[in-house]
Amino acid sequence: MTMFVVPEAPNVAELRALAEERILILDGAMGTMIQALNMVEEDFTASGCIGSSCCARHSTDHPQKGNNDLLVLTQPKAIEDIQFSFATAGADILGTNTFSSTTIAQADYGLESAVYDLNVAGAQVARRAADRAESEDGKPRFVAGSVGPTNRTASISPDVNDPGYRAVSFDELRVAYGEQIDGLMAGGSDLILIETIFDTLNAKAAIFAAFESFGKAGRRLPIMISGTITDASGRTLSGQTPTAFWHSVAHARPFTVGLNCALGAEAMRPHMVEIASVATAFTCAYPNAGLPNAFGEYDETPEQTGANAAEYARDGIINVVGGCCGTTPDHIRAVTEAVASFAPRKAPA
Amino acid sequence: MTRYLRLSGLEPFVLTPDIPFVNVGERTNVTGSARFRKLIVNRDYAAALEVARDQVENGAQIIDVNMDEGLIDSKQTMVDFLNLVASEPDIARVPVMIDSSKWEVIEAGLQCVQGKSVVNSISLKEGEEAFRHHAGLCLAYGAAVVVMAFDETGQADTLARKTEICARAYRILVEEVGFPPEDIIFDPNIFAVATGIEEHDNYGVDFIEATRWIRQNLPHAHVSGGVSNLSFSFRGNEPVREAMHAVFLYHAIKAGMDMGIVNAGQLAVYDQIDPDLREACEDVVLNRVPRAGGTATEQMLDIAERFHGDKREEKVRDLAWRDWPVEKRLEHALVNGITEFIEEDTETARQTAERPLHVIEGPLMAGMNVVGDLFGSGKMFLPQVVKSARVMKQAVAVLLPYMEEEKRLNGGEGRESAGKILMATVKGDVHDIGKNIVGVVLACNNYEIVDLGVMVPPQKIMQVAREEKVDIIGLSGLITPSLDEMVHLASELEREDFGIPLLIGGATTSKVHTAVKIAPRYTKSQTVYVTDASRAVGVVGSLMSPSQKPDYIAGIRAEYAEVAERHERKERAKERVSLTAARANAMRIDWDDYEPTAPDFLGTRVIDDWDLAEIARFIDWTPFFRTWELKGVYPKILDDPAQGEAARSLFADAQSMLQRIIGERWFGPRAVVGFWPANATGDDIKLYTDAERRETLAVLHTLRQQHAKRAGRPNVALSDFVAPEGTAPDHVGGFVVTAGPEEIEIAEAFERENDNYSAILVKALADRYAEAMAEMLHQRVRRELWGYVPHEAFQPDELIAEPYRGIRPAPGYPAQPDHTEKVTLFRLLDAEAATGVELTESMAMWPGSSVSGLYIQHPDSYYFGVAKVERDQVEDYARRKGMDVDEAERWLAPILNYTPESMTARTAA
Repeated sequence: MTMFVVPEAPNVAELRALAEERILILDGAMGTMIQALNMVEEDFTASGCIGSSCCARHSTDHPQKGNNDLLVLTQPKAIEDIQFSFATAGADILGTNTFSSTTIAQADYGLESAVYDLNVAGAQVARRAADRAESEDGKPRFVAGSVGPTNRTASISPDVNDPGYRAVSFDELRVAYGEQIDGLMAGGSDLILIETIFDTLNAKAAIFAAFESFGKAGRRLPIMISGTITDASGRTLSGQTPTAFWHSVAHARPFTVGLNCALGAEAMRPHMVEIASVATAFTCAYPNAGLPNAFGEYDETPEQTGANAAEYARDGIINVVGGCCGTTPDHIRAVTEAVASFAPRKAPA
Repeated sequence: MTRYLRLSGLEPFVLTPDIPFVNVGERTNVTGSARFRKLIVNRDYAAALEVARDQVENGAQIIDVNMDEGLIDSKQTMVDFLNLVASEPDIARVPVMIDSSKWEVIEAGLQCVQGKSVVNSISLKEGEEAFRHHAGLCLAYGAAVVVMAFDETGQADTLARKTEICARAYRILVEEVGFPPEDIIFDPNIFAVATGIEEHDNYGVDFIEATRWIRQNLPHAHVSGGVSNLSFSFRGNEPVREAMHAVFLYHAIKAGMDMGIVNAGQLAVYDQIDPDLREACEDVVLNRVPRAGGTATEQMLDIAERFHGDKREEKVRDLAWRDWPVEKRLEHALVNGITEFIEEDTETARQTAERPLHVIEGPLMAGMNVVGDLFGSGKMFLPQVVKSARVMKQAVAVLLPYMEEEKRLNGGEGRESAGKILMATVKGDVHDIGKNIVGVVLACNNYEIVDLGVMVPPQKIMQVAREEKVDIIGLSGLITPSLDEMVHLASELEREDFGIPLLIGGATTSKVHTAVKIAPRYTKSQTVYVTDASRAVGVVGSLMSPSQKPDYIAGIRAEYAEVAERHERKERAKERVSLTAARANAMRIDWDDYEPTAPDFLGTRVIDDWDLAEIARFIDWTPFFRTWELKGVYPKILDDPAQGEAARSLFADAQSMLQRIIGERWFGPRAVVGFWPANATGDDIKLYTDAERRETLAVLHTLRQQHAKRAGRPNVALSDFVAPEGTAPDHVGGFVVTAGPEEIEIAEAFERENDNYSAILVKALADRYAEAMAEMLHQRVRRELWGYVPHEAFQPDELIAEPYRGIRPAPGYPAQPDHTEKVTLFRLLDAEAATGVELTESMAMWPGSSVSGLYIQHPDSYYFGVAKVERDQVEDYARRKGMDVDEAERWLAPILNYTPESMTARTAA
């Protein structure tokens, strides 16, 4: 395990130079954009192809509605179009639609056997959207392979009566993440985005897996790490403060570290300030479009989102900014315009 | 960023230059602590965790965990123990040092910790390749490392060997593996001195000098060591060992040792060591020739005898806070909700204070401010705050007689509060748990509370508000008619020219209702909706601050204007269908193929054979936690990372009170149930005097949904679930259950003892009892009293999801929002005589812990909401009920889809 001897991928230098120069833009929410398409079971399975005999590789009898990641195989154009619209709205970095593409998360849909294909296709779809946008305006776009938290926690027991019990082990996570990252790299990802981290031990397994994948591929991709602060206590679900979280993941020597999801920009702000004051990496924030209303919808307008991003930028706490739940291409366009005139954050001396 | 060693547990730890020495706790090390080894071998993990907790409480900044014991599976034990530590936030706060001589144990441990830990240790013992491999893994797991001065030929003993090995390890780590130098901690081996063997005499000096060399030549690296080895030859003589350790550390730290495994509880203070003993220690540690001649070891052996057996007393750690100054003790008791010493401490504080009042205004308020701050910042939870308030009340109770006495002697004025708040549950409503919680929380923040209790008429609220010159009025209510009472009171405040803010809270209240219905009626000050008790302090604070108030009110007004406008837009969008159309789309049940079951008996029956323990099994705990503003589903909430601790402690308190309720028979539950032959006629249900079905006994009126439905969805009314006249011989049942009026007296008794927490708890449990009884009785009805599902076998916890056949809709709830239907139900059951439950003028049941409803048996029946109704149905309904339209509109006000003329008239008046 001597991963820091593995050379960096060739376009990392370009990415780093861009980040020194200006605030980079990450795309917006994939989940809420897909929801808005109101797709039904037949859309998810491409009229029954997945789960039937015609697609023997990915055979399952589970209903697939809601399995958003599957759409990279069954509705690739729809996903590509969403990513393309984020790219033309100003996003430099496009996240792949692979948040739940691990054997652990896909077990809910009976599609464990499909995860490698999902990740390869997920990266390819985003790559196509990136290339299309790049050919239109000449601006380079980067594809960040999205690695979600899975639906299990390695350092919290789901059983009240047995606090020592764990529903998933580090090694199970490491293997699952490894398959995912191998696929994301094969599909052409430029970065690995470990996001929505609510249990840092899960993220550490993903980092470990990334190192192994980099070793196998012979090139090291930049890693983006994004935690999630879930409530007023200002800690991750697994109980860490933002600084403790940074200390726990700093060994990844990430390209960026930061926060996403759960909170709107305003509530996320103090925690981003804390991370920006301790992290040697670039920082990245992509909050939700405010807090959901009583119906679970996000009401924040693009103007408000833009104004919030401008405030982050003015205070010098971000190098990369984007949006999570509820943010549309309009929100990303507003963010892009709002931060354009500000210099990127300088890491603490 | 400066290259400091940065570790983490749940919280960060940075080894900055202003920390001269990091004390690593060694008591969770089976090789270092006989007691811990015994606990681990016996698998007594609970006690083992206590050891870890004690260490952290005593200031260990890192805890060393070592499970290298021949009798146990070290790897599995390391995993089990670290997983348990992860579930204890007060231990997991600090980073862990994963300590083993076996790499596989270390690696298993690394897979269990989310923070950045320290591996103890790796070395060149097995050669460079293994060393590189282990170091690379530490890097991939994200851990710092302790590197032992050990190589292929053995452990380094001399200065030359120590420095040579450390230099080589450093070069491999930093240059070949890419290890951050600040994450390297060298352990250049502390060996025993004064053993009588001459070669050992210089070991202390070798370590100290190696330390100095490492800190000067290997940039950013740290030095650590296991100190207890040093005094190995003086085992059993603790005073001498402690003195040797203190002396050794004094010199090693000066040379640059910045970390060590030491038992902090057993370390002498360098300056306080007996001078003779200290000099003897320095001679052995620094390998000096004693001034008195002979060898250092001989001198040490001589002097050791004199100090033998001088055992230091170990403090009872948990009560360390009892030694703090009294102000700090009061604060500690308040924050931690400890009543045990509060009277004694308050009395101590009173004796030194100039006036008893100063104790309240000084240390007690300071303590409560800490509580308020912790609560405001999300670091304390509501049940904890209520416990703090209990401590506060008991402290004040100690002081009160003295304050009265003082007042009597010189007519001195009472204490000044931050403001005076009147709290009341409005007329017709008996629910007060939420109001009491808000009262307690505000009292904790130094507001004076004037609590008028429940069912308070508007005249009384206004009269007391004037007499007491209160600053704010807070209204609470749970049932829907209370909303109208609040609107009414707002108009009255306007009419009587009040100018003080009005706060609205309670389960049925909402921001929309407040903005649309209440706030516009009271323009002379502002009405504010308070979401929950935790908001009350912020809202009241803003309203009481002369500088914040104008902006705050302007903000609220703007917000409410927007809320009202949005509401109106939404309402306009909601389509309603005519009553005729709704009836045409009624639910059609096929009665031809249906044979209704006849109940076991007709008429009413009193049920009085209640078993309090059995009822408790039927309690649904989720709403109980919601009462305390802990939002989550039971039992998952007990494990919630944020609220779990509060929920567990609340649940434990509830369980112990439950035991008393059952054991001492606190409640006298009563119930009545009845069945009558019944058939539907239109939207009504006719009840007959007997099975002949000729004479009508009573008519139950029901309301029909009027919102536009998708194709295939009926506009349903409860009457649709009962067989229409001329089809099948159907029946309808009714019931009233109550936990009994005893809770009120018990709660009052607690209040007299200044124990609000228990008062609220008993009321919350009484509510749960009534709900559990309703669930239990319904099951009994289905199985035997009506008997339409004789073999139903759902367990109590399965009933929460309502999987059973038939429904028990209650008047005043969504399926029949008209509370006045309770009058018919109560008359049919003669409920007041049978159970002691009365209806208030607002149709609320007294005592509050009561539940009533109808029973309907058809398998297709379900719970639904009538939602908003139109004028045509209200007129029809009023006619059927023999009620004025005005009166019907008043009772149905919350579900009217239009603004009634009667209301407009009232506003104009």
